[in-house]
Amino acid sequence: MTYYLLPKIIMNIWYFLTALTLLSALMTIIAKNPIHSVLYLVFTFFCISGHYVLLNAQFLMAVNIIVYAGAIMVLFLFVIMMLDLRKNMPDSKSNLTKLAGAILGGTLLVIFIGTMRKASFNQATILENYTSQTGMVESLGKILYRDYILPFELVSVLFFVAMVGAVMLGKREAGERNF
Amino acid sequence: MQQIPDVIRQIPLNYYVFFSAALFCIGVTGVLTRRNAIIIFMSVELMLNAVNLLLAAFSSYKADPAGQIFVFFIMAVAAAEVAVGLAIIVMIYRNIQTIDTGILNKLKW
Repeated sequence: MTYYLLPKIIMNIWYFLTALTLLSALMTIIAKNPIHSVLYLVFTFFCISGHYVLLNAQFLMAVNIIVYAGAIMVLFLFVIMMLDLRKNMPDSKSNLTKLAGAILGGTLLVIFIGTMRKASFNQATILENYTSQTGMVESLGKILYRDYILPFELVSVLFFVAMVGAVMLGKREAGERNF
Repeated sequence: MQQIPDVIRQIPLNYYVFFSAALFCIGVTGVLTRRNAIIIFMSVELMLNAVNLLLAAFSSYKADPAGQIFVFFIMAVAAAEVAVGLAIIVMIYRNIQTIDTGILNKLKW
């Protein structure tokens, strides 16, 4: 089998993309300026879209770019621009609290890795009946509109409710403060 | 065997598990260490994306499209959640002129 003779280009791309994703995710929570934070988050989402391409999930890649990098991030940017955070930059927590939070997050990571290290996902059984068309629009569309048509319609109801809720919350009331 | 993508042949599934765990923990750390409500919200998005990536990885390795459909629904719910959450943040700012979560302690006790 020519398995081992293949150049490990894909592996290098994977490592590079993973490092880039983790780095920009870290910068998202480190950056002082919220605008920089949002831009790093957009970059993280693009890297995750790259991972979807590597996983042969083209539909998810398109949806991720449109929904996250397109819609959600524009929403974040507009809200940050509206709020004028430069004038009253929120005080950061005390260093002790930050250290405690970082230690807690690191401990959680250690626990995750310690748990998952024992689990072995057998690659051989995975590869037996593999079809490369899984993540394509055609196969996903067939399943979405045949088996998952009810959740799909319910999502549209959810969107409607969320839209009404957002408009109602954002409306400027004539009376005094709400809380 | 010819049509299996290189990633699935060369990258073990464990790597995706570790990668998603790291991304999730970065999100958790962001929620715990920051006080700006918008950045806390972005950290939550980061955690959602870590879970999405893991679901997509398992779905792709097992050639089971149901996982990717699920990721699609998670994205739809996240979009609705962001719209409502940002509206709430804007309303908080309008009422108390800040989005520092340290000041929002009326429900503390």
